Amino acid sequence: MNKRAISWFKFASPQNFYHLAGRMWPWFAGLAAVLASVGLWISFFVAPIDAQQGQGYRIIFVHVPASQMAMFIYLVMAGWSAFGLAFNTRLSGMMASALAPTGALFAFLSLLTGALWGKPMWGTWWVWDARLTSTLILLFLYMGFMALQASIDDPRRADKACGVLAVVGAVNVPIIYFSVQWWNTLHQGASVSLKGSSMATPMLLGMLIMVLAFWMYAIAMGLVRVRSIILERERHTEWVKHAVA
Amino acid sequence: MTAAVRPLGMVHVMWAVLQRELSLGLRQKGEVLTPLMFFMVIASLFPLGVGADSALLLRMAPGVLWVSAMLAAMLSLQRMFATDYADGSLEQMVLSPTPLALLVLSKSIAHFLLSGLPLVLVAPLLGVQFGLDSRALGILMLSLLLGTPTLSLIGSIGAALTLGVRGAGVLLSLLILPLYIPVLIFGAGAVEADAAGLGFGGHFSLLAALLILSLFFSPFATAAALRISLE
Repeated sequence: MNKRAISWFKFASPQNFYHLAGRMWPWFAGLAAVLASVGLWISFFVAPIDAQQGQGYRIIFVHVPASQMAMFIYLVMAGWSAFGLAFNTRLSGMMASALAPTGALFAFLSLLTGALWGKPMWGTWWVWDARLTSTLILLFLYMGFMALQASIDDPRRADKACGVLAVVGAVNVPIIYFSVQWWNTLHQGASVSLKGSSMATPMLLGMLIMVLAFWMYAIAMGLVRVRSIILERERHTEWVKHAVA
Repeated sequence: MTAAVRPLGMVHVMWAVLQRELSLGLRQKGEVLTPLMFFMVIASLFPLGVGADSALLLRMAPGVLWVSAMLAAMLSLQRMFATDYADGSLEQMVLSPTPLALLVLSKSIAHFLLSGLPLVLVAPLLGVQFGLDSRALGILMLSLLLGTPTLSLIGSIGAALTLGVRGAGVLLSLLILPLYIPVLIFGAGAVEADAAGLGFGGHFSLLAALLILSLFFSPFATAAALRISLE
């Protein structure tokens, strides 16, 4: 049992994780490419035309996964931050800051696709609806995280300060979400729920595959970015000199 | 006649910190007056920007006054820890046997008394300019009274995180303003809900809930952030 604990924490050291991530990211990137091709093929050619929204609904295959990932990555980021604050591991902060740009990208993509979808369906690029507004606020939270990270020179202090911010933000996300929802809602109801779905099977399948593709992309990008962060932070060490030589 | 030397009780220390903050704030009157004037200037800019249509101004008034109050409260946040950080007294507070979270709570209360409370008192004057009636003014004042302490408490986290960081002022607003959104929604919403005949009880309950939550959690987060900043 003791042995297992040691082998788990082996990858908490940036040096070991750098090599592990180097072996892992091509697999995730490959899976992302394959899943995205299959998902896009289903969403463009297999999924039937929607009875009400015509071809325009197909943007759902990018919009829904992007929105989900934007929210989920924030939680993962806050989880890493809390872990880093509790156990004082260096890698946790690096993981959190590696995920932030990807999360912000997904939040932006969700807003962009939402606007492109809203124009033909609702007749307007932007409505101050609860989900749009809370995604916008999520994007602001990501930007705050990255801005704080960028403005503190000492990386350890930056990680910890951002950790506190991410945890405070994660506590606030549900409060913001429900207050914005109370404030105004006009968005269509969720079409996928645990009870069942109001969508045709190929549509659902396409969307689930796209969700998986986005997951794989996010993991691959997180690993690639954490590798660069590790190299940057550990540039004074011997092993980095060997690794990049 | 030998008075035993006992460590001060926590309440005494908190009270002393509060008194110190208040007397420091009141000696530098600019610190209290500048955000207040900023509040009045910002609120007066809106009618100039959108036109003097009284029906429009009446509808906008709660939101405009709340946003202006937030920006004004934000203006003075940066000084919450900066001067103590510069002269080293913040380190003494961190080292003191009294829990840092309690000292931080005192400082947040002082910030509310010096920057939030004056806004509450001035708000009716601006509300009259926007054409609010006396009932709406009362609800606006009460909502500010319930909401501005939350702004000070949440703001203290941001002030601690950006301590000694370059570009702290702008960064602080980027970090904290998104977290202020629920307070804004329920604060400004209370006045509108009452005008629409829905009653303001729910909004006030939620404002009070936010206040209690931030009263409990934010001193701990601020204390953690201060320890990180002083490392």
